[in-house]
Amino acid sequence: MFQVNRAYPYIFYLSLAIYLFSLFWGLFLTPEDFVQGNSYRIIYLHVPASFISQSLYLAMAIASAVYLIWKVKLSVYLVRSIAPIGAMTTFIALISGSIWGIPTWGTWWVWDARIVSTLILFIMYLGLISLHDSFNNYEKADKFLSILVLVGSVNIPIIKMSVEWWSTLHQPASITLSEKPAIDLVMLYPLFGSIIGFTGLIACLVILSSKLQIIKREKNKSWVKDYV
Amino acid sequence: MKPVRKKRLQTVLLILVTSALGSFLIIRALDSNLDFFYTPSEIFLEEIPENKRIKIGGMVLESSVIREKTKISFIVTDYQGSISVEFDGIVPDLFKEGSGVVVLGYLKDKTIIAEEVLAKHDENYMPPSIDIEK
Repeated sequence: MFQVNRAYPYIFYLSLAIYLFSLFWGLFLTPEDFVQGNSYRIIYLHVPASFISQSLYLAMAIASAVYLIWKVKLSVYLVRSIAPIGAMTTFIALISGSIWGIPTWGTWWVWDARIVSTLILFIMYLGLISLHDSFNNYEKADKFLSILVLVGSVNIPIIKMSVEWWSTLHQPASITLSEKPAIDLVMLYPLFGSIIGFTGLIACLVILSSKLQIIKREKNKSWVKDYV
Repeated sequence: MKPVRKKRLQTVLLILVTSALGSFLIIRALDSNLDFFYTPSEIFLEEIPENKRIKIGGMVLESSVIREKTKISFIVTDYQGSISVEFDGIVPDLFKEGSGVVVLGYLKDKTIIAEEVLAKHDENYMPPSIDIEK
């Protein structure tokens, strides 16, 4: 049988190697951008972090729906364990975006639709954590958590489409499913590598965090006592 | 699917639809009230009070940039209309003639007195050598 515990070290070291290699490739082996010079290189952190922060929310929304419909307890443990990781990656996306904004836009913050909707995502992650922790009854906490996750999921298409719907300072997406990437191949390969590596590292965090949640929630069960 | 689960699925869909509808209405309301963003061709169509901070976006017109000590003036255009901007301060490195710009400031005598000048860049990334070949 497949065991996450056994696969974990391989996933971790492989993802770490891929991310560090892509980072080295992107930072030292690719040419400068024709407009932005060296400052564009922050995409090797900013893009994976932003991509993951939205993907994690999508995963939480699916897990919440599974919990509400089929009452699978594991899926709501997953929702609770993803939330702090989502908050962290959104924070990285906001900070790296601010750092990128200073040399390119000339400001670290602007009330732009893309940025505000991402800030809302960050606050939502924090709100979901505190909502869940404020109940002393797990059944109620799980129910309200998953309902609120579903309500908040409207923000994800808003973040995605914000650069199309409003005139934002933030540029539109460079990589889309329908069109040829607007980023040159020599920069695109390390970018893909950094997204894959970063995703793997975050997956490892999700595994650890959900293990913690399972043990915390099942602490009275005999198997947990044997395990710990 | 069991009837109970079908009911719960309907509830989940209802939550999604109502929250989407709710946020759609909020965004629609915000769009008509809070959007102080103008393009250079829109700006003279409306009466804008002098004390209202506005945002305009467009391109810096080629050979319109005049620098005088710390002051800089230029024309923002969307190739349909244009407006002149005056600014006292440092413009970002990416500020260039013919590239995108967002200006925050006040309208006075058909000129924008800018408080902030931000440079916009697009989604294209490429090495400089390829740009020359094009």
